[in-house]
Amino acid sequence: MNIIMRSRLWTFGFRSTIMLYFVVLIVLPIIGIYSQSLHLGWTPFWDSITDPLAWKAVLLTIKLSVIAALINVVLGTMIGWVLIRYRFPGRRILNSLVDLPFALPTAVGGLMILLLLGPNSFVGNLADQLGFQIVFHEPAIIVAMVFVTFPFVIRGVQPLLEELDKSEEEASYTLGASRARTFFQVIFPSMLPGIISGAMLAFSRALAEFGAVVLVAGNIPGKTLIASVYIFGEIESDNAQGAAAVSVLLLTLSFLILGAVNLVQSRRLGK
Amino acid sequence: MHIEVRGLNKQFGDFQAVNDVNFDIAKGQLIGLLGPSGGGKTSILRMLAGLETPTSGDIIFHGKRVNDLPPQERGIGFVFQNYALFKHMTVYDNVAFGLKVKKAAKDVIRERVMSLLELTGLKGFEHRYPHQLSGGQRQRVAFARALAPQPQLLLLDEPFAAIDAKIRTELRTWLKEMIERLGITSIFVTHDQDEAIEVADEIMIINKGRLEQKGTPWDIYKSPQTQFVASFIGESTIVDQVELLKGFEEAASWPGTKALIRPEYIEIGKRNEFRLPSATVPGIVKHLHFRGSEWMVEVMVGDIKLITYRSLEKDVLQPGQEISVLIHRAYLFNDNDTWIMENKLKEDPMPMHI
Amino acid sequence: MRRLWITLTYAVFLVLLIAPLVKIFTGSWGDGWSGFADALTRPESLHALMMTGIIVVVVTLLNTLFGVMLALYLVRGTWLGNRLKAFMNSIVDLPFAVSPVIGGLMIVLILGPSSALGTFFEEIGFKVVYALPGMILATLFVTFPLMVREVMPVLQEIGAQQEEAASTLGAYSWYTFWKVTWPSIRWGVIYGVVLTVARSLGEFGAVLVVSGNIMNKTQTATTLVYQDVENFNVSAASSVALVLAAFSVGLLLLMEWAKKRKEVH
Repeated sequence: MNIIMRSRLWTFGFRSTIMLYFVVLIVLPIIGIYSQSLHLGWTPFWDSITDPLAWKAVLLTIKLSVIAALINVVLGTMIGWVLIRYRFPGRRILNSLVDLPFALPTAVGGLMILLLLGPNSFVGNLADQLGFQIVFHEPAIIVAMVFVTFPFVIRGVQPLLEELDKSEEEASYTLGASRARTFFQVIFPSMLPGIISGAMLAFSRALAEFGAVVLVAGNIPGKTLIASVYIFGEIESDNAQGAAAVSVLLLTLSFLILGAVNLVQSRRLGK
Repeated sequence: MHIEVRGLNKQFGDFQAVNDVNFDIAKGQLIGLLGPSGGGKTSILRMLAGLETPTSGDIIFHGKRVNDLPPQERGIGFVFQNYALFKHMTVYDNVAFGLKVKKAAKDVIRERVMSLLELTGLKGFEHRYPHQLSGGQRQRVAFARALAPQPQLLLLDEPFAAIDAKIRTELRTWLKEMIERLGITSIFVTHDQDEAIEVADEIMIINKGRLEQKGTPWDIYKSPQTQFVASFIGESTIVDQVELLKGFEEAASWPGTKALIRPEYIEIGKRNEFRLPSATVPGIVKHLHFRGSEWMVEVMVGDIKLITYRSLEKDVLQPGQEISVLIHRAYLFNDNDTWIMENKLKEDPMPMHI
Repeated sequence: MRRLWITLTYAVFLVLLIAPLVKIFTGSWGDGWSGFADALTRPESLHALMMTGIIVVVVTLLNTLFGVMLALYLVRGTWLGNRLKAFMNSIVDLPFAVSPVIGGLMIVLILGPSSALGTFFEEIGFKVVYALPGMILATLFVTFPLMVREVMPVLQEIGAQQEEAASTLGAYSWYTFWKVTWPSIRWGVIYGVVLTVARSLGEFGAVLVVSGNIMNKTQTATTLVYQDVENFNVSAASSVALVLAAFSVGLLLLMEWAKKRKEVH
């Protein structure tokens, strides 16, 4: 019996530790930020998020994130398809490289883009001569966002394509459907859940991105200042309440997206 | 080990998986828990093992209540439906696991494992991994592993479900012999009546969480106590208006009573083949199905369809042929009661005619 | 058609991934070997790399330990009610949805100098924010889901039967875990470790906010890169970045390897 008692004590200790860890690390911070943003009441909260610079930053972030997510949908679908369906030299290497943006520190990613597209680079000069600018303007932010969210759609599409029974496609051919028709009516619909959830994840990651963007955006208030950089600025200037208010706005948006992704995925699994 | 179960209940949320089950099992018996899938058999087995906690009721091993003992302390062996072999361990390590837990000496472990592998016919396979074995071999490993720590009670959850029909019969006989030889109290769960009848000393029929009947296979077949047991064991036809059959007219005095008639209660043939032709009713052969070792015959008696078997040695019948049908007995039941009724005419030989 | 798609894929990889990687290499070698070496042997570089190293080690250890246990409880723990389990399960992903800057802000808000907890720790002489503990906490927050999300599906897939079998054979939870569960989840855990190392090595936003980025004190490799860029010292930034990128590529190879092992077992 002694061994049972002792194991119960251990079990109890382990359980409480884990629960405490969970609460301290996840639950408490969330409560903290929501209460901080509202602890002075609704008026300052409202003032903080209606500050023109604040909502312009949030709107800009949403706009650019949508663009980045759309670019990723196109690139990701294509690359996911090519990497699963075709056999060609270098396929394995490319497939491993997909995860590079996850493995690479985002600040390093930002620096890379800066070096590649920056003022004294080949691309930068070329763009200059053509009369438009990349770095410290919106295009650079989009490039940075596409870079850090690159793997999402690909990794969302690949398992679905692998699961897809080859015979479904063959059935479509034997029924007289053309290649294009088969793609759009048989293959594409089964890729769609992966594309959607990948795009949503990419979108929410782009919304939250900081490291890569801060280095290339130039951070001009009202023009190239995105939300997370705005929050960082507010923290630096000791306006915790303002930072918390915009954070809450962004957080709520992210939660909605995450909820939507879960819904899409659970519906897929439910089928 | 002597096992006693009193007032056992198990609820999963609103679902009553096990409902007030009581039974006693004598030492050394081999018991089959038989019933349809989802009827609560596995829940009972898992509660005996301590893998599931009863909502209420007592489980008593050797006169000692074991409800609060964890599975580790109950001295049981459990053979899982899919064997749950440790995938990353060899056959040897799988079988040795329970002994290693008990910190037995190395040479003791070795001796016991090797003798079990010998017993289960797995000698030479000790370095294989589970995925390198056939279904039957895995089952034997699971069996050897459960026996290694010398349990007092062996529990087997659908032990043959995942095995090819062909070797299943072979394995059944093997298991029965093995358990008899070891003399260990064993309980196995199955939804296959042939399996239960063939292997078990006693069968417990479980339906919808209730214990319907407990007894030897012959008892259960001969005198089923509930309608469910009667229809679950053996083959049968349900007849709504049994009073229309000759010899069962008395049944009319119990309105709402139905009858269950087994193929082996029915005899068919030409009228002159019967010793008591007066007890027979005329019938028409509707269909004949060849069943390999005999004919299955569908007979219409009036509007009632009956099913029976006929030996291949007798004259071959033709569909549409008129024959005589003798129904020896029927199993009658209504909402309150169940009983067996013999053919009244068959029992009365009417001596004046001779 | 097929050729076109493959070419396009190669083009995207070349432009988006390979070119930047090459560029950072040439950038850091712009001033030759000596420039690269000088940039790396600056005291602040060495200190920053050391800070990053400490954070990676501590965070990986803690996150592995707690992540595996939490995954075990979330999958196997019957003592957690189903509803609580579902709630915790959905909340585990939270750090994925939160901008790292916001993650850092949360920690500053709770434990910063102006909060009750912060002043309490200050009084007992334990500095959390703008010091190593805060940075570790921030990185723990960011890496929290990685281990849990790697281990949970493996646990669900192997099912509880092998563990139940072990318990009927007399083994208690500790023995069962090491002899039965661990060998099955091992590769998932290793994969989770690699992901955690990669993420904690590269964490920037949350650490920047929490650390205050004080040179030679709370500066990490990534925040040093940031500072160098802000100071227009791009070649020095590239040198540190190259070291980080080299680690990342190494981790990527490890990830591939772990992934393969994970699939085999």
